[in-house]
Amino acid sequence: MKVHEIRELLNAKLYVGEGLLDKEIIGAYASDLMSDVLASNYLDEKAVLVSGLNNVQLIRTAEMLDLSVIVLVRGKTPHPEVVEMARENGIALMTTTLNMYNSCGILYAQGVKGFSNERAD
Amino acid sequence: MRELIKRYVFQVQANDFDNAGAASSTIKRNLKTIAINPSIVRKVAVASYEAEINIIIHSNGGEMVLEIYEDMISIKANDKGPGIQDVDLAMSEGFSTASNAARELGFGAGMGLPNIKKYSDNFKITSNEKGTRLTIDIMIE
Repeated sequence: MKVHEIRELLNAKLYVGEGLLDKEIIGAYASDLMSDVLASNYLDEKAVLVSGLNNVQLIRTAEMLDLSVIVLVRGKTPHPEVVEMARENGIALMTTTLNMYNSCGILYAQGVKGFSNERAD
Repeated sequence: MRELIKRYVFQVQANDFDNAGAASSTIKRNLKTIAINPSIVRKVAVASYEAEINIIIHSNGGEMVLEIYEDMISIKANDKGPGIQDVDLAMSEGFSTASNAARELGFGAGMGLPNIKKYSDNFKITSNEKGTRLTIDIMIE
């Protein structure tokens, strides 16, 4: 699925990352706890990170893992420093008024499966 | 003896939540300038970031040292106390003593030290009231 399709499905507002709208995404990971995200060494730049954490650690975490697309859920408006750090790191950041469960459900129903430890590789 | 190619030292302040991750971000940028497999860089970055967060949220401050060898990256995270009461417990997944401030940052899942160990090829931890010292070695393929 392309990043712009994620934006459309979640009716999300893109704050930064126009250049990544045609990027292909093959899976997702959702958490508000950054250490749980960081434990996911099977994630890569083809994953979308779904989170309700509205602070710069969200972007730092994505930066460390080479993630390039983040959906901020529950209608949060990203703080300016969050947007700026996403821009500096070439990360697309969008927000949706949907909560995490529904965001994930919509993406899953359209074929975006979760990256998980259970993957055979 | 391994030949040390480069060494960088970063100071990390206690409770400096605004800059949490800045040292690891610089470490990652430094590593990106040399020819290392991106998956190795990612392992170093994640381990470094967790160690840096630990210094900020749990300690009285300290420093991170990045050492680049021909065949290995080594991170040392040394803080000035107060030390970890029970290192075995701290190493178990899900155990956390993080403050509410740390939890608001998205940390406190009790995965920090286990994550660091997971990403390391060689991991050492010593701790007493004077400080906690981590050695995180990651081999370059």
